[in-house]
Amino acid sequence: MMPSVEHAYADRMAGMSTVLRISRNPALTTITEDVARPLDARPGAGWLACFAAALTALSIGIGCVAYEISTGIGVWGLNKTVGWAFDITNFVFWIGIGHAGTLISAILLLLRQQWRTSINRSAEAMTIFAVMCAAIFPLIHMGRPWLAFFVLPYPNSRGPLWVNFRSPLLWDVFAINTYLTISLLFWYIGMIPDFATLRDRAIGGIKKRIYGLLSMGWNGSHRTWSRYETLTTILAGLATPLVISVHSIVSMDFATSVLPGWHTTLFPPYFVAGAVYSGFGMVMTLLILTRRLMHLEAYITHRHLDAMAKVMLFTGSIVAFSYATEFFSAWFSVNPYEQAAIFGRAVGPYAWAFWTMVVCNVLVPQVLWSHRVRAAVPALFVISVLVNVGMWFERFVIIVTSLHQSYLPSSWVMYRPTMIEIGTLIGSFGLFFTCFLLFIRLLPMIAMWEIKASADSVGAGGEQHA
Amino acid sequence: MPREFLVATFADQDALLEAVTTIRAHGFRIYDVYAPFFVEGLDEAMGLRRCRLGFVTAVAAILGLASTMAFQFYAAVFDWPLNVGGKPDNSTLAFVPIAFEMTILCGGVATAAAFLLRTGLFPGAAARLAGPRVTNDTFAIALRWRSSVFDTSEARDLLLASGAIEVRQMTVDL
Repeated sequence: MMPSVEHAYADRMAGMSTVLRISRNPALTTITEDVARPLDARPGAGWLACFAAALTALSIGIGCVAYEISTGIGVWGLNKTVGWAFDITNFVFWIGIGHAGTLISAILLLLRQQWRTSINRSAEAMTIFAVMCAAIFPLIHMGRPWLAFFVLPYPNSRGPLWVNFRSPLLWDVFAINTYLTISLLFWYIGMIPDFATLRDRAIGGIKKRIYGLLSMGWNGSHRTWSRYETLTTILAGLATPLVISVHSIVSMDFATSVLPGWHTTLFPPYFVAGAVYSGFGMVMTLLILTRRLMHLEAYITHRHLDAMAKVMLFTGSIVAFSYATEFFSAWFSVNPYEQAAIFGRAVGPYAWAFWTMVVCNVLVPQVLWSHRVRAAVPALFVISVLVNVGMWFERFVIIVTSLHQSYLPSSWVMYRPTMIEIGTLIGSFGLFFTCFLLFIRLLPMIAMWEIKASADSVGAGGEQHA
Repeated sequence: MPREFLVATFADQDALLEAVTTIRAHGFRIYDVYAPFFVEGLDEAMGLRRCRLGFVTAVAAILGLASTMAFQFYAAVFDWPLNVGGKPDNSTLAFVPIAFEMTILCGGVATAAAFLLRTGLFPGAAARLAGPRVTNDTFAIALRWRSSVFDTSEARDLLLASGAIEVRQMTVDL
């Protein structure tokens, strides 16, 4: 590994005589240092404040979940026909958040969109944390989460009595697990070259050892790079249909039932568009915060925010069109049950939730048509948060309005979440932000090697990375 | 096992590409090239064979698809047929989503595993570096050095002429 003694000596002598010779590419050095600096520095006050808030939220969640598991799911407000309520609302919300990460990392990779390079790593991380948050909800909804392995088709002592392969809930199990596995794989493999950079940059000690372990002996060999490029393209090609299938399958949890308001063929594309929409909202929120916290304005530029705002406007328009289509279908079907369910959303007891959703998802994003708004970071931040609020309410409206008044008027009820349910939702946000904040402190949150590949070799920093 | 190499370092990818092309045109064989990122066009310049990872993906994906379909059919039709809402035992269409997910899962995991096996990457593997900065901001070309095989001074001249910053003879494990 090391040059032999006489060569090392000769090298040192050569180095002394050629002080003026630049032996490296300064543009690339700058990128490495810009990305690695936050990992070396002590956390700033902003980061510590966010982390404390996230940990507090997480503790609330842990407390609520512990209470729920030790007491039973009766502590939720769903001891009535609205059995899915908050729990599955949160599940669908979090799964949806994840979709933007895969869209950015896989679909934009296949489309050769260079601007994705400085945001893809954090978007992928967001996907993984969001899927983790999502997975918690069906798990705790089981009531006895230690029996969660019952959903897997393993040879058991009950027959073996196999799981019901015809059920969309089981499709969900496979979809979510595949999605989590492939996303983790994609994320980790994407980080290997950057771990190697950090390993070779570290002076020594525990950091070098950990990065050394994580980088798996990566040495920048082009024979490896060549296969690596093929591997990432293949994984992106696999992840693209996967991400569409995941939210389509989630939508089938609803669409394959016979409940008015759920039983519609519109659901798969409608859910996928909504997922990408809310996901981009979350990426926007996170990146606006992160570029401030970690001083990465030179890498996450206005051009990125502008592009993401356009994607939000586009997917938001699909979502708005889907809302309109639901109403049109209900009216055109002349089906009194369907009409009662759909029109009831706008004028019934949950109209406040419906109109919150319409304002946040349909009306507010219309200001993104303006170039001035897309250039204003505070405005984008507010809009992205509102989009997330709106998309959460969309799932709430779909689930609760259809369940609280079904075919049987004698079982019509009003649903109201308990404090435990609200605490669990807060806890999921706590988990998400705790993971994300740790991620931006401990791992290279910008894909150095991708930025280097797309950077102009003349200089580093500034808009040219976009 | 340390061996003798002639290692030329470069500061930018254009010089690297030019050097690779020149040195191969003069009949030298390139051991490997080291870069902090995937250099576009280097595959062709080095004359690398097309990567065959795609075959692994295809085989694993097809196996995943076929075995999942077969298993669902076996479980739902032969081993324990259950009447679920009067649906036929062999509800092939309902088996598609899980089979699709398993196709993707098998294809992805197998491709990643094949990549790691083929490139010799594993947790704890020693990094065999051609230079301290090749994963950061420099590029390097390594030629296996054997005095009997090639004219060192010619190689050195060619490399320097195409923009190498320095050319060293090193005994390293690459």
